[in-house]
Amino acid sequence: MRTAGERPGAPGGSADPMVPRPFRVTRRRRETADTFTLDLVAEDGKPFAFAPGQFNMLYVHGVGEVPISISGDPADGTRLVHTIRAVGKVSAALCAMKRGDLVALRGPYGKPWPTVEAEGHDVVFIAGGVGLAPLRPAIVHAIANRHRFGKVIVLYGARSPADMLFAEEVQRWRGLFSMEVDATVDRAGPDWLGRVGVVTKLVERAEFDPAHTLAMICGPEVMMRFSVEMLTRRGVAEDRIYVSMERNMKCAVGFCGHCQWGSAFVCRDGPVFRHDRIAHLNAIREL
Amino acid sequence: MVDIHSVSELLKDLEFFREFGEATIELLAGCATNVAYRPGDYVFREGGSADAFFIIRHGDVALEIHAPGREPLVFETLHPGDAIGWSWMVPPFKWSYDARCRTVVRGLSFDATCLRGKMEADHEIGYQLMRRFLPVMSRRLLGARLQLLDLYAAEKAR
Amino acid sequence: MVCAVNKHLDARLLDPAGADELVRALQRRGFSVIAPAIEDDIVVLREYGPADTLPRGYSDTQDGGSYRLTRTGDDRLFAYAAAPQGFKRVLWPPRQTLYESRRTADRLEILPVTEEPKKLALFAARACEIDAIAILDGVFDNGDFADPGYWARRRDAFVVLVECGRSGDTCFCASMGTGPAREAGFDIALTEIFGNGPHRLLARAGSERGAEVLAEIAGRPATAGDADDRNRMLAEVAAAQARRMPADVAAILAANPEHARWNAVAERCLTCGNCTMVCPTCFCSTTEDSSSLDMSTATRARRWDSCFTIDYSYIHGGAVRASARSRYRQWISHKLSTWHEQFGRAGCVGCGRCITWCPVGIDIVEEANAIAASSA
Repeated sequence: MRTAGERPGAPGGSADPMVPRPFRVTRRRRETADTFTLDLVAEDGKPFAFAPGQFNMLYVHGVGEVPISISGDPADGTRLVHTIRAVGKVSAALCAMKRGDLVALRGPYGKPWPTVEAEGHDVVFIAGGVGLAPLRPAIVHAIANRHRFGKVIVLYGARSPADMLFAEEVQRWRGLFSMEVDATVDRAGPDWLGRVGVVTKLVERAEFDPAHTLAMICGPEVMMRFSVEMLTRRGVAEDRIYVSMERNMKCAVGFCGHCQWGSAFVCRDGPVFRHDRIAHLNAIREL
Repeated sequence: MVDIHSVSELLKDLEFFREFGEATIELLAGCATNVAYRPGDYVFREGGSADAFFIIRHGDVALEIHAPGREPLVFETLHPGDAIGWSWMVPPFKWSYDARCRTVVRGLSFDATCLRGKMEADHEIGYQLMRRFLPVMSRRLLGARLQLLDLYAAEKAR
Repeated sequence: MVCAVNKHLDARLLDPAGADELVRALQRRGFSVIAPAIEDDIVVLREYGPADTLPRGYSDTQDGGSYRLTRTGDDRLFAYAAAPQGFKRVLWPPRQTLYESRRTADRLEILPVTEEPKKLALFAARACEIDAIAILDGVFDNGDFADPGYWARRRDAFVVLVECGRSGDTCFCASMGTGPAREAGFDIALTEIFGNGPHRLLARAGSERGAEVLAEIAGRPATAGDADDRNRMLAEVAAAQARRMPADVAAILAANPEHARWNAVAERCLTCGNCTMVCPTCFCSTTEDSSSLDMSTATRARRWDSCFTIDYSYIHGGAVRASARSRYRQWISHKLSTWHEQFGRAGCVGCGRCITWCPVGIDIVEEANAIAASSA
């Protein structure tokens, strides 16, 4: 048996995978009324590698720790980017951070988006609400490696125009000739010139070749279920549809038990799951 | 270029009528006229008589509900290929919201009295149209339910 | 960790007093010996000493929601069945400090809290208990991550097995395949033989160091007759167990997530979490934060948690498992079904604690059998 000390633990070489290392906030941007993006740089200067779709555990001194997916560019090994919505005391404390403040962080954790499997396919990213944040690294990766993919399509549903994440960047993506971006909101005032309606309507109309399409979906579970439904109705195979799940997590390393979903530990077996492998779990309530 | 097509040729090009036979198309064409609107025009308004339905060929239409003291709430936008309205099929044939053009809109308008007469006279046509409208209604109902859930909202207080 | 077993070690016979001698031999080698003792009318596992603290002449009666210590009127050492708490709380303490966070004007320091590990000897672990430890080993070293605190306590722990001479009233280890006999996973195994010839302990070494320790204890070679007595006794213990888990319970539970029985059990279940607190394999934990008044120093700790609490499955917006039905289903399905997919075996060892310590006497075996009997 190997000893515990040989096992990869937290980044920075600490033996205990529960122990984080300090990072400093170098930039804070307001995305929406309750969602902020923080740029973080490791105090020890060591680079931080991650794959799109992975998450970190962010600790706020004396307040607690929460799992937050990484929303930055996977090619940038020094600046770690997290987009955080203030929904609890820890996420609210993170959102209240200012430039120069310190957090502690461990990760990255979890199974990433299938960026390699997606090569050669039309790639459809379907995001709902803050679900665009965990997809952003995969989208950035697809743009940076554009020639490896067929069509690149981003479909984004938000609550209202004011609730859209990365609004300027989404506009910039929309301006690229190499990809298609469409957005829709659930409700809008008369000034909004974009679409109003559910995101499944975008899925219904998007132009991709279902036989050669890989889809990555992140958003509320209900939105993901209906998006999967629309994709399969259009002929996308269930084994080329991927979703990112959210469950309570206290450890992210398989020890705490909280994130179990059927036999899956969402922290280690997910958060990204291939749909055909978890479709049976989706059917059971309160699982 | 619209002018050189007959209305029935326009109909054949529309996804909405894809499953319809030649004869049905001709019948429908008999009830259809080309329409065009400027931005800000209303295709119809809440409470108005639902004497037509529309297929958008170009442009965007916002479906809105007005409430006193607040700006109109857009609950859905419709785009090329979409049908607007099914109130023409359901008594008392009144529109239940506003349809406002956000852009220049071109489309086809189908005279409801004409259509209802043909549906009544030939139930096969009635069935074909019902069959085509029901999925539209069903999808919009599902969409409305999902919007009602306000899925992306942050929870209020725990 | 246990070394390779020397197959040539012969079984030995010890007098009953050999148990205390064995403890003291381990103490001489620097082990902190965690052994059974009587406290507050229950059997507890705690550090042995200073006097001879092994219980003598104790047994128990157990039933759904009921535990009573009884006197045997003789000198038997191991006539009682599963104690309320197993060795889990020794290897995975209910509260563990993870780290201290210190904040100064321009720095944040994270200081891991590492306790100096004691050399632990786990004395009189029953077969089910050793099986439970093997399960925890798999949880706390999952291939990607290992918990250093657990392994600091576990890695060199000296394990003394005691094979049960009596089946507890709620035990079902035989149908789980975890006991009462055990041939590996210990340094020394003891089997108490009573009422059949002289009162004696049959001792076997399961490791080199076990053999070394055993060699220091006064004893004599065991005979084939002693081995026969052991086998007969263990067969009787297994046969005495009325509760039997259905063999295909994993598949049955997986196929019946909407079974009506879940509603019935939910009407009785108080979601108190007692079953998870006494279960020797329940490993769930949560975290808690505290800080000094000036917020300069904060401590992060881990403590046992239970899947029966409402907050356990909380994600923003509400709990995933809001109903008692779904929480009971989660617990039993995890123990008996999904554990197989996660760890290649059941998460239940048949110790019966969850039955005994359930305040309303819900019986995991009865529930599993009820679902099996009316399975869709």
